[in-house]
Amino acid sequence: MSVSNLLENWAQFRHFHPIDDKPHDPYKWAMSIDLDACTGCNACSVACYAENNLPVVGKEKYQHGHGMHWMRIERYWDEGLGVAGGSDFPDHGAQFLPMMCQQCEAAPCETVCPAAATNHTADGLNSQIYNRCVGSRYCSANCPFKVRYFNWYDYPTTDNVWPAEMNQQLNPDVTVRSKGVMEKCTFCVQRLHAAKGTAKNEGRLVHDGDVQTACQQVCPTGAITFGNLVDHESKVHKQWQSQQVELDKDAQVKDQKEGGSGLRGYRIFEELRPYPSVMYLERVRESAI
Amino acid sequence: MEKDTNESAAWTKRENESPIPKHERRASEKDIRESIAWAKINQDVLKSMETPRKLYWVILFFAFAAFSVGVGCEVYQYQNGMGVSNKNNPHAWGLYISTFIFWIGMSHSGTLLSAILHLMHADWRKPIFRFAEALTTFSLMTAGLFVMVHLGRLWQFYYSVPYPDERGLWPNFQSPLLWDAMAIFTYLSSSILFLYIGMIPDLAICRDHLHEGWRKNLYTWLSLGWEGTDRQWRNFRVTYLTIACFLIPLAVSVHSIVAADFAMSQQPGWHVTSFPAYFVAGALYSGCSAIITLFIILRYVFKFEEYMTLPILKKTVRLTFAIAMIWTYLNAVEFASVWYSHDQASKDVLIQKVIGPFAPFWWGMIFCGSVVPLTLAFKRFQTNIPVLFVVSLLLNLGMWLERWMIVAPTFSHGYYPWTWDHDQWPGFVQWGMVFASFGWFTMLFMGFCKVFPSVSMYEVKEMVYHRKLHLKKSETAEQGAH
Repeated sequence: MSVSNLLENWAQFRHFHPIDDKPHDPYKWAMSIDLDACTGCNACSVACYAENNLPVVGKEKYQHGHGMHWMRIERYWDEGLGVAGGSDFPDHGAQFLPMMCQQCEAAPCETVCPAAATNHTADGLNSQIYNRCVGSRYCSANCPFKVRYFNWYDYPTTDNVWPAEMNQQLNPDVTVRSKGVMEKCTFCVQRLHAAKGTAKNEGRLVHDGDVQTACQQVCPTGAITFGNLVDHESKVHKQWQSQQVELDKDAQVKDQKEGGSGLRGYRIFEELRPYPSVMYLERVRESAI
Repeated sequence: MEKDTNESAAWTKRENESPIPKHERRASEKDIRESIAWAKINQDVLKSMETPRKLYWVILFFAFAAFSVGVGCEVYQYQNGMGVSNKNNPHAWGLYISTFIFWIGMSHSGTLLSAILHLMHADWRKPIFRFAEALTTFSLMTAGLFVMVHLGRLWQFYYSVPYPDERGLWPNFQSPLLWDAMAIFTYLSSSILFLYIGMIPDLAICRDHLHEGWRKNLYTWLSLGWEGTDRQWRNFRVTYLTIACFLIPLAVSVHSIVAADFAMSQQPGWHVTSFPAYFVAGALYSGCSAIITLFIILRYVFKFEEYMTLPILKKTVRLTFAIAMIWTYLNAVEFASVWYSHDQASKDVLIQKVIGPFAPFWWGMIFCGSVVPLTLAFKRFQTNIPVLFVVSLLLNLGMWLERWMIVAPTFSHGYYPWTWDHDQWPGFVQWGMVFASFGWFTMLFMGFCKVFPSVSMYEVKEMVYHRKLHLKKSETAEQGAH
C-alpha cells in the first residue's frame, strides 16, 4: 500500500512547477507591493503578529536574531539623496522593503526538507506542516530571502509569551507553534480557507475583495495588493499584467529593455529562478524623474 | 636509509629498548621482521587486551566526564529549545553540522586502509587496519549523534527516515539530507559488518586462549564456530573481498552526499560543483591524520613496536602527504571556480572568508591544512614520532576548521544585506557538544581496544609469511646468479 503510494503517487506532490504545463486553476494567490507607497510604518508587521499568533520574543532575544516577524520591514539607505555635503544616514534617504515569504513557485526550501514538511499547494502557496517538521532548518539554510523563522524556544509554555488572559487574544483560527518547528508567512491561509468555504457555499469562486491578508488590511497607504492571479478581473492580475511581469519567466520585460521601459514591476532574485509570487513595484526615485 | 632508522631510534628511549635485535633493525627498511614467531604475535596482541592499568581508568574517566558535559548540554538544549546554543535566523546550522562533517570525514580512513589497500595488495596495511576500521565505526557513531543533536525536534527524527507506515507518508526523496541519513546508516551498518567479519579468525584465537568468564562466552558466540579449516578460510576470503568491494563505493558516496547537502543548495559559497571531490579528499585527509595519531598512541601504550613499525608509519605519512596536496589543489580549484564564476554573492562570501570576521580561522585552516603537511615531505620527519604526533593533531585541527569555514561564512553573509550577521558566535552549548564528542569517541575506542584485538593477528602472520616467502625467493635468485 505504502510502497505503491511511493511508486505511483509520489509525483503528484511535486508537479506545481511554473515550467510545467499545468496552470493553477482556479486559484493562484499572488501579491504586489508598491514600494513607492510604503512609508515603513510597520503596521503590516504588527498586524501579522496579531493575526498569526507570532510570539513577541523581547528585546534581548530579538537582538540575538531570534525575532519571529513573518512580515518585516527592511531598511536601506540611498546614497546622495539627502542634505548636500552631509551623510544621509540615518536621517535622510531611508528606503523600506516589506519582506515576507515570497511563496516561490519553485521554492528552494521545498526540495531540501527531509521530512517533506514544506510543500506546494494547488493554489500556489508554499505550505508548512508544523506537525511534520523535524527542525533540521535546511529550508532556512537554502532560503535566499531568509524569511523562515525557527522556534528557537518554547514560546507558549516555557517562555510564557502569552501569560494568562493575554492568551485570550490569540487567534483561534491559527495554531500556536511549539519549540523546534519552522514557520513563515502563509499569506494568511486561514482567511483564504474561510473565504473559499463561503464562496463554495454560494456556488461561486472567491472574488477580489472577499479576502484580504492581515498586512494588506492594515496598510494605511494601500501599498499591498493581494488576490487571485488566475482571475483576470482581480487587481493583482491587472497590476502584474500592466507591469508585464509573468509568473513563469525568470527575466521580465523591465530588465530587458535598455534605457528604461517605464515599467516598475520586478521580483526579487529572479536570476535564482525561485519564481516568487510577490511582485514589487520599484520606488520612483528622484534620479528616475 | 640506515641513518634514518638510527636517527628516529634516538628519539625515544623506548625505541632502543625494543625487543627487536639491533642487527635486524638496521638490516634494511622492512615493514615487519620475518623471524617473529606466530605464538609471539598472539601473545603480544592478547596482552593488549588484559586487565588495564590504572592510567586506562583515569583516561576513561576523563573521557566520560567530557561526554557528560555533552549530555548536560543536550538535556539543557532539549528542555529549553535550540535557542540556548546561540544559533539564530541566518545562522541556522553552526558547529553541529561542521563537527558532523568532521566526524563523517574521519570515518573514511578505515575504508581506505582496509578496503582500498586490501584490493591493491598493500601488505603494509595489515597491522594497522583493524584500529582504523574501529575508527571508522566509532566516528560514524559520533557523527550520528550530531545529526540528532542538531534537530529541533529530536523526538521526531524518524520522520526523515523512510519507513513504511499506515498513513502512506514518506520522507522527501529530493532532499540531500534524506540521502545523507540513508547513506550514513548504510555505511555504518556495512562498516560494522566489515569490522566484525574481518575479526572472526582473531576472535577464535581469543576464544581459544581464554578459559572462562563472560569474555570466553562472548568470543565463542562471536567467532561463529571458527576452526580455521580450508573451507572456512576460502569462504572467509570471498566474503571479506566482497564486502571490501561493496564498501568502497559506499565510502565515496557518503561524503559526496554530505557534500551534496551544500552543493545542491542554492547558497553562495556552497553551490560549487567540485564539492564532492573536495569533501572526499578532505575526508581521507583527516582520516589519515587521525590514523597517524592513533598509530602513535597505540604503539606507545600497547608496546606494539614490532607490528606498528616505523616503515609502516612512513608509508602512512607519505599517503597523508599525497592526500594533503590533493586537498590543497581542490581547495584552490574551489576558490578559482568561485572567483571566475562572476557570481557576485559567491565572491563576496569568499572575500568575507579571507578578510571578514572568520579570517583568523580561515587562515588557520590554510596554515594547518596546506602548510603544516609540507613537513611530511621531509624524510627526517617521516619517522619522527613527536613531530608526527603534533603534526597529525594540527592537520585534524585544520580539517575541523575547514568544515566550520564551509558552513559558517555562508550563513553570516547571505545573498543580500538584511540577511548578513557577522557577529554571531557559537554558544557554550555548541562548544560543549563538540568537546563531548571527543570524549564519546575516546570512550568507545578505549572500550574497543580492551575487548577486541586492535591489531589483526592473522593478517600480521600472513604478512610475516609473505615476507619469508619473499626472502626465500630472493635467496634462491641470488644462488642462481652465483
